[in-house]
Amino acid sequence: MKRDNLISMLHDMLLARAFEERAAIEYTRGNIAGFLHLYPGEEAVAVGVLHAAEPSDYIVSTYREHIHALVRGVPANIVMAELFGRRDGCSKGMGGSMHLFDRERRFMGGYGIVGETYPVATGIAYTIAMQELPEAVICFFGDGAVNQGTFHESLNMASLWNLPVLFVCENNRYQIGTEIHRHSAVTNVYKRACGYRIPAEYVNGMDVLAVYQATQSALQRIREGTGPQLLEIETYRFRGHSMSDPGSYRPKVEVQAFKDEDPVTIVLEESIPNYPTEEQIHAVGEDNIAHLTGHLHREGYIQPEGVILMKKEADKTVNHAVEYAQQSPEPGMEDAWKALNCNRGKEVLI
Amino acid sequence: MAADILLWEALNKALNVEMAADDSVFILGEDVGLYGGSYRVTQDLYAKYGEWRVRDTPISEGGFTGLGVGAAMVGMRPVVEIMTINFALLALDAIINMAAKIPFMSGGQFPMPLVIRMPGGVAKQLAAQHSQRLEHTLMNAPGLRIAVPSTPQDAWWQLRQAIRSNEPIVLLEHELLYFSKGPLDAALEPIPMHRAVVRRPGRDLTLVTYSRMAVLVLQAAKRLSAEGIEVEVIDLRSLSPIDWDTCTGSIQKTHHLLVVEEDCGFAGAGAEIVATLSERCFYELDAPARRHAGLNLPTPYNGALESASIPTVSTIMDAARHTILSGETS
Ligand SMILES: Cc1ncc(C[n+]2csc(CCOP(=O)(O)OP(=O)(O)O)c2C)c(N)n1
Ligand SMILES: [Mg+2]
Repeated sequence: MKRDNLISMLHDMLLARAFEERAAIEYTRGNIAGFLHLYPGEEAVAVGVLHAAEPSDYIVSTYREHIHALVRGVPANIVMAELFGRRDGCSKGMGGSMHLFDRERRFMGGYGIVGETYPVATGIAYTIAMQELPEAVICFFGDGAVNQGTFHESLNMASLWNLPVLFVCENNRYQIGTEIHRHSAVTNVYKRACGYRIPAEYVNGMDVLAVYQATQSALQRIREGTGPQLLEIETYRFRGHSMSDPGSYRPKVEVQAFKDEDPVTIVLEESIPNYPTEEQIHAVGEDNIAHLTGHLHREGYIQPEGVILMKKEADKTVNHAVEYAQQSPEPGMEDAWKALNCNRGKEVLI
Repeated sequence: MAADILLWEALNKALNVEMAADDSVFILGEDVGLYGGSYRVTQDLYAKYGEWRVRDTPISEGGFTGLGVGAAMVGMRPVVEIMTINFALLALDAIINMAAKIPFMSGGQFPMPLVIRMPGGVAKQLAAQHSQRLEHTLMNAPGLRIAVPSTPQDAWWQLRQAIRSNEPIVLLEHELLYFSKGPLDAALEPIPMHRAVVRRPGRDLTLVTYSRMAVLVLQAAKRLSAEGIEVEVIDLRSLSPIDWDTCTGSIQKTHHLLVVEEDCGFAGAGAEIVATLSERCFYELDAPARRHAGLNLPTPYNGALESASIPTVSTIMDAARHTILSGETS
């Protein structure tokens, strides 16, 4: 059980890393446009949280949501096609990178306006509570998003009415170029929850197991009827805020320090029994090198060849996704009007 | 002497001279300071004026725009930057209920020397939530003034005039114009802030427009001229108040009116412009006054659909021909 879990988390993290790095390349090739917010460095959050969720739970996310969608089970093909703006994308090419939606998987959207995820999540949770279902809503948001009024308004309502929401703060310390100490009077996000009588916990977001366990127990408390919970998961984005931001405002040592804590590396450490070869180090990506060096391993969950194979699989999946996206047709104007009007059904308007 | 300059640089220069001239001018917004502004408009000002006068804010649009209102009531001249107009939806209470109404509700006791700058419009595949205009919403709020500069010279003049004014003013900038170049003569005496300008004279059709569409319309007018159609291009420069006289003067000459706007056509700015000018010039017009506007559709992410959702040079040319022809057939 533990082994399978870990392996499948490692799989998702490697896929996540490969997917995002490829998206960056496709952006520079002009196949993806607009704002593209990438996730490298933060993989352990989406993977740890979503592995602990049930298929019947709902997910509400931000504009940095490709990996949330992927881990939730939206096929890489479909996510990539959306980034390319194609008809086979999960939002049919209308939403793009910031607006992934997948009704079937209860992936309730990527939202572009900071602070929108809380009320949407609260509304879904209200419905669940009303119908007395065993489901929960997972609501993602950034550290910069806690200063939007909707955070406070929604936490209050969720607590007041005992709603099944798990608020998950992806604290990467930055609101674009503004560091957390310059945007928040209280920098421990979890401490804010007590103002609304919401149990909250701080979690190391570089450690996927810690994230998984914290999420599991929080969701369990929610299902037992304890009401909303909050997790502050400390993480770091290795890249700039979006593809148009070089991220040069961050001290190099800070970036390096977090890269040394690379969540992908940490999972590898847990699973590789032997000191990796040069080739293996290269195969798992640049930023893991510093961390991997000097480490030998304890529990032999996976052979080094296994990791390499997995990495290759991930690359293959991503290659396929790009091919799929390229071959998917462009939506036409009739598709756009359909997206706008299709819910009218037979309603008589005038 | 006019040197060519980018539009964002013109705004930056305007902020700099006004801050140097008046200590009560201060800037606040997301990433305006240390980062230098998302579109570089506030670049270098943080180092020069310090954090009290160039304040990086949390993501709290309703709160910090309202803060600007409060500061303006006690004599400051805040310049609030809302990163993009899309986020101004969270600050509409401060803008419409507070800034626009406090001077009036207080019986005129409180001036409101507040400037709110925000870029907007359709840029490049930013999708529905990040591709809005919303000028109609602001136009419908009495008490607000709205400037829409399309050239570096106007950006320079109008931002300075806005900062010096005692009334609340929204400066709508266009995301795709920040890196457009044009002459700036800093010594030139400014024209009144809300006066419209005839960018190109013509005898056949009055084409009223503003912001980025003014740039496209000028290109269309040049091409139409090769076909023998002479378009008079009016850049409104302002959406509240609107300089009607410049428009009616032109219509008396051309007897045809077309309004081009990027905004969705339904209940957009063009609806107001066409309605008022039709009322005023009914007997002057040889054909129905027309609008050429964006589709009534949230902006699609897909690039081809995005382009098809707003006027382009070629659709503007079609609309111009159509406006003139519909007069001939009727
Ligand atoms: C209401 C609103 N204001 C401003 C923005 C512009 N913006 C987009 S992301 C962002 C920073 C958000 O930071 P954080 O919540 O920490 O999330 P992160 O991007 O770090 O994951 C800002 C200011 C926005 N999208 N919505
Ligand atoms: Mg952040």
